[in-house]
Amino acid sequence: MGLRKFIDKIKPNFEEGGKLYCFHSFFDAMETFFYVPNKVTINGAHVRDAVDMKRNMIYVLIALIPCFLFGTWNIGYQHFLSHGEAATLMQNFGYGLMKILPLYIVSYVVGLGIEIIFAQVRKEEVNEGFFVTGFLIPLIMPADVPLWMLAIAVAFAVIIGKEVFGGSGMNVVNPALLARAFMFFSYPSQMSGDSIWIAEKADAYSGATPLGTLLNGGGVEQLPSMMEMFIGTIPGSVGETSKIAILLGALFLIVTGVASLRVILSTFVGAAALGLLFTAIGVSDVPFYYHYLMGGFMFGAIFMATDPVTAAQTNCGKIIYGFLIGAMAVLIRVANPGYPEGMMLAILLLNVFAPLIDYCVVAMNISKRKKRWAQAERSAK
Amino acid sequence: MIKIKKGIDIHLVGEAKKEMKVYEPTLYAIKPLDFIGVVPKMHVAEGDDVKVGTVLFHDKKNEGIFFTSPVSGKVKAIVRGEKRVILQVVVESDGKYEAIDFGKAEPSKLTRNEVIEKMVQSGTWTMLRQRPYSTIANPQDEPKCVVVSMFDTAPMAPDNNFIVAGKMESIKAGVEALAKLTNGKVYLNVNSSETKKALEALNFSAKNVSVNEFQGPHPAGNVSTQLNVLSPINKGETVWYTYAQNLVAIGNLFLTGNYDSNRVVAFTGSEVKEPAYYQTRIGADMSGLYSNITSENVRIISGNVLTGKKINGDNFLGFYDSQISVIPEGDHYQLFGWLAPNFKKFTSTNTMGASLCKKSRKVLDTNLNGGIRPLIMTGNFEKVFPFDIYPMQLIKACIIKDIDQMEELGIYEIDAEDFALCEVIDPSKTPIQQIIREGLELLRKEMN
Repeated sequence: MGLRKFIDKIKPNFEEGGKLYCFHSFFDAMETFFYVPNKVTINGAHVRDAVDMKRNMIYVLIALIPCFLFGTWNIGYQHFLSHGEAATLMQNFGYGLMKILPLYIVSYVVGLGIEIIFAQVRKEEVNEGFFVTGFLIPLIMPADVPLWMLAIAVAFAVIIGKEVFGGSGMNVVNPALLARAFMFFSYPSQMSGDSIWIAEKADAYSGATPLGTLLNGGGVEQLPSMMEMFIGTIPGSVGETSKIAILLGALFLIVTGVASLRVILSTFVGAAALGLLFTAIGVSDVPFYYHYLMGGFMFGAIFMATDPVTAAQTNCGKIIYGFLIGAMAVLIRVANPGYPEGMMLAILLLNVFAPLIDYCVVAMNISKRKKRWAQAERSAK
Repeated sequence: MIKIKKGIDIHLVGEAKKEMKVYEPTLYAIKPLDFIGVVPKMHVAEGDDVKVGTVLFHDKKNEGIFFTSPVSGKVKAIVRGEKRVILQVVVESDGKYEAIDFGKAEPSKLTRNEVIEKMVQSGTWTMLRQRPYSTIANPQDEPKCVVVSMFDTAPMAPDNNFIVAGKMESIKAGVEALAKLTNGKVYLNVNSSETKKALEALNFSAKNVSVNEFQGPHPAGNVSTQLNVLSPINKGETVWYTYAQNLVAIGNLFLTGNYDSNRVVAFTGSEVKEPAYYQTRIGADMSGLYSNITSENVRIISGNVLTGKKINGDNFLGFYDSQISVIPEGDHYQLFGWLAPNFKKFTSTNTMGASLCKKSRKVLDTNLNGGIRPLIMTGNFEKVFPFDIYPMQLIKACIIKDIDQMEELGIYEIDAEDFALCEVIDPSKTPIQQIIREGLELLRKEMN
């Protein structure tokens, strides 16, 4: 095979002592992208499952493709809509691509660059985790976000959110959400309000997201129809608007088992529980299922809350974790006068509390075991 | 019947056909590294004549444990490795199997100490191991129970119902002997109701024998899985355990007065022309069977593909093993392997074509199928781990060498082999069995 021969030919340059040793992490990442390596088992089990981390991570990317495609089209659609111009499918999509590709380039160049440098210094293989993070970041941003801001946010999220803790698998909070939170608190004028959600919006056009409408005192009747919110032809972050696209991705993740169904379901249940409570006691007149359709709830529940590193790790913990995310998101949306959207903050908060949830779940197992020890000791006497 | 629900059977091509052949090579070796924590002190030198049951070496750490010769003949070599560690004591068989007589006896009429004495002197004692740590049982301890796992659920494992058929008298004597060793129960765990009936029909004179039938996927045959249901090990407790063929050998010691080194070995694997059972002896040199291997680039494993040791270099059957697995080496590249449907590979997940044919028998090679990554995915170990233990948390406690946490999370209840399936399905390719083994060794050294 030609490619294999070529790789074998240039490989010595990247090995220790070779001229291009300083690029060996990059080379290694490229080689393992094309070929699953020829490494064999050395100790322990002699045969292994064909699944690896690359497959798991790439599957999240595949699940995000519907969101990416629809989101890209919707950038153009919202733009031309605000100007009152008619545009074809391809014009909408083309405009969207022009907006979103620079975001992707910045996200990947900055993020992967940092990852490769850290991998090189640590003498580890480049981890696939950033493929997902880098793909998620543009999808949770407004399309018009300044590129320098995005670059700083990505660098902050990767270095402070992940690498200082030891890289992928060791981080406390979801790096993609951390990038968004960084922007949200550092540059609030570019990250909130009604004017930012449509790319190069015409000034006269409203452009408020459903959650923005509610925050400013609008009632349920002023929201877009449920169908519009479900299909996604509304303003908002790039990937979050179309619930159909998100559910397609969710279906893929659940069937392949890459995302935890426990987390997803309990998040939905948590939101329903608090949503129902609020309508029952009259705090809010927004039906609970509207919370699923507005803002980033669904996107967060399926692509962010399920991040295995930052979610709770025990099966029982996952249910508590998901439930609290759903409940917290609705609580922030309804009870907080400052922020329209609660999903990002809810997930970040529960990311921080996930180890505590696990600690309690595991402590129950430990106390059960210790009781058994004590009983055995008594009966021995 | 006790049903084990969690776990997974890996179906491989190359299970042994149920026909018994005889295999008598000239070389046999006892490998001190097969015994955890044993430091050998030699009793024989190269060239000495030995009989079946002649002491080859004893354990410096525990002077009362003897390791004896499986055949009669001459000590051919004492092979040493780095730092003069003894790797093998090789005996050349004269084909006569002359045996030392340790005296016949009816175990039910002996005292506990007499039973122990006979087993120790003949070397049969080494067949009895303890949990935690999987070291050879210490005759000074009082185990809370003795467990005999009479079946094996590992890939291509030998069928013990076939192996022990017709050896019921030996089993009876063996069980009577084990019953003397504990005030608790002797658990005989089987996977077929016929064997259960046959065992119950033996009318043991000992009252503390309990026969249990288990069903379910691997690791149902593991001692820890069965103990977890019958009598979980608590801190400070010891349990002794052994397997079907060793039970027969213990019985035969009392029936014949000789050390029984017979061992039926299943010669299995996709690369074996005619996988079959071979009647041979402990420590046999397996290289005489290699003419049955069909391809060049293979890995020869003493034991099963989950927990066995590679023996391409030395060729001797491991002391506790009753299976040889021969599978292809996987030192090749696969273009876009992380995206391919991989119909011919094994997966426990639903992420590829192979997921659609989980039941079909596969030819698996030794490729790692990916690169080593930090532990990222969660919730998958729990599906193949039938214990009331949090596997990921225990693995991490072992990595950070936190002894208190290891104890609290239940390390006494398990052994490295119980994590073999976690290791197989781990997308991060973490060496989990090694981590658990090191955790157990750390604990053993701290406790003693």
